[in-house]
Amino acid sequence: MKKSTLGMAAYWVVVIISLVIGGYGLYWRLTTGHQLANYGQLITWGLWVAMYIYFIGLSAGAFLISALVFVFHVERFRPIARLALFTALISLFMALLFIWFDLGHMERFYEVYTRPHFRSMMAWMVWLYTAYFVLLIFEFWFESRQDFVRCGQEKGGFQGFLCRVLALGSKDVSEEKRARDEKVTQVLGSIGLPLAIMFHGGVGALFGVVAARPAWHGGLFPLLFLVSALVSGGGLLMAIYAWLAPNKGSEEYKNLLSDMGRLVLALVLLDVIFTFAEYSIALYGGVPGDVLPLIEIMTGPFWWVFWIGQIGLGMVVPIILLSFKRTRTSSFWVGIAGLSIVLAFVGVRLNIVIPPLSMPELQGLVEAVPSPRMTTQYIPSMMEWALSIGIIGLGMALFAIGYNLLPVKPRGDKEVMS
Amino acid sequence: MAFIPAVSQMENAIVRMMEDLDRAIRKPPEERRWGMVIDLTKCVACDACTVSCKAENKTPPGVNYTVVIKEEVGEYPNVRETFLPRPCMHCENPPCVEVCPVSATWKDAEGIVVIDYDVCIGCRYCITACPYGARTFDFGDWYTKDSTPMLAPYETAPTFEYGEERVREEETSPIGNVRKCNFCVQRLHEGLLPACINDCIGRARYFGDLNDPDSLVSELLRERYSFKLKEELGTSPKVFYLS
Repeated sequence: MKKSTLGMAAYWVVVIISLVIGGYGLYWRLTTGHQLANYGQLITWGLWVAMYIYFIGLSAGAFLISALVFVFHVERFRPIARLALFTALISLFMALLFIWFDLGHMERFYEVYTRPHFRSMMAWMVWLYTAYFVLLIFEFWFESRQDFVRCGQEKGGFQGFLCRVLALGSKDVSEEKRARDEKVTQVLGSIGLPLAIMFHGGVGALFGVVAARPAWHGGLFPLLFLVSALVSGGGLLMAIYAWLAPNKGSEEYKNLLSDMGRLVLALVLLDVIFTFAEYSIALYGGVPGDVLPLIEIMTGPFWWVFWIGQIGLGMVVPIILLSFKRTRTSSFWVGIAGLSIVLAFVGVRLNIVIPPLSMPELQGLVEAVPSPRMTTQYIPSMMEWALSIGIIGLGMALFAIGYNLLPVKPRGDKEVMS
Repeated sequence: MAFIPAVSQMENAIVRMMEDLDRAIRKPPEERRWGMVIDLTKCVACDACTVSCKAENKTPPGVNYTVVIKEEVGEYPNVRETFLPRPCMHCENPPCVEVCPVSATWKDAEGIVVIDYDVCIGCRYCITACPYGARTFDFGDWYTKDSTPMLAPYETAPTFEYGEERVREEETSPIGNVRKCNFCVQRLHEGLLPACINDCIGRARYFGDLNDPDSLVSELLRERYSFKLKEELGTSPKVFYLS
């Protein structure tokens, strides 16, 4: 008990420090616009876009895993299904904040709805994730409704108040109503499944359609995005479950931990195949536009993001930890495997966005423009880091509040909340 | 020496192009098709085009509508530099227009790829989609902001891009927008050639209506070998290079 209280305190200290740093970032961003950013004319998308596809990937991945339960009735994953929805919701919110701050004119975002351009993958992506956001809220609500009602009736104080607000006046906790809610959840999940595939495939297509950037251009990109979403989302859920599940030590916990480990291991192996296909074919072809960004990724100044991050933490570590019996049955090591994946995918996302943009479209273009913004080098600025840390801190805060006050904890079959 | 005209002929080229222009702007916009021809054998990389463009459009640091790419070829002592002026190609099939999520950029009736500064959300997707690096983002930088007591008049003077009088100020468009060469459309409609054409000291740049068989640009394209950049992408640029 003492240990977990200490852990909790440390978590909140991290959150508060992040929010303070983020406050500075927000102030700089709002008062100086993009002047303090280090993304430039060539590498025109930077850390924020990478973080955006990272968190939107976590969201899509967590949602797709929840669909195993709500759509395909794989009951053994039931205990984490609602947690998966909640994680998807928080990650999506963080992703949207990132991309919103990246806009040159934040106040004009609504134009994506009022001035649609049907040939733009970005427009499709925005419409699809808007639909997904709305659906996610409804699905989460119908899935949790009865527990909101119960919690509102049983708990006092802020928690009870929050539950009563979220129950939206609903009071019915009958079995009948529960069955109806489950039906609605299933229908929403069934709509959400293709929607999540389309919108996250769409994020991949946003890059895949850009013929001017040979390293992005290709049909594999939407699929690669879906696979990496599943791996990173799966890794995150696995880490949360391994470390935070309230019923550690129970038979159910052990079984689910083992099932999640197997699922994530399979997804990581799938990711190995996809990554190998992507890299080997481009390298074999030898076309400079395809090869140079990969050479940059593998041997450039940030070689370690690929070799230590993407390959080491993202593949080798989880494959080893989830293969050997000693580690794959240990909640600590399974959690480490999940965390390792979660960290590695930040690198995956950075490598998708930045190195392909660092290649000048025409030989000599960089030297032709005498501006510090026209450069093949990119390291995020203080403002970019600060705002990113702040958004992550905000996500962590929302997650912790929801996790502690709302009925989203991993749970046993009949147990409603701890 | 047929392709290096005498001084008197050079004078004629400008007059000729202005006459071409005058004919073109009397036609309905959809019947014009503006194009540029750049003679690489005459470019001396003086960057007069780069500078005249900056002066005309009052572009801030880092925002360049046209640049001259210089490349060293060969090994010492057999070295030479090649020069490639690069404005916007005003593609017939502009990939940048396709990707815009809010329809803030399009190819207008005259074939010029334009941007509506009051609509552009600054997502910069079009910058990634342009195969020529012709689009730049206005980060809100100034040449004389912190180093001098006040902003230099050339930074605060209005521009007339797209025929709109606009003073560049903090937090308002075009800051936070993507910006690009627009063939000086505001000058064209007044019967003036694009700034870079006027100021080219080597008479390496030509401009006119590609739909008009009598225009100088059409004539040059008929008589000389020309090529376009990255034609294999299907963009179909309207900037032609003579070599």
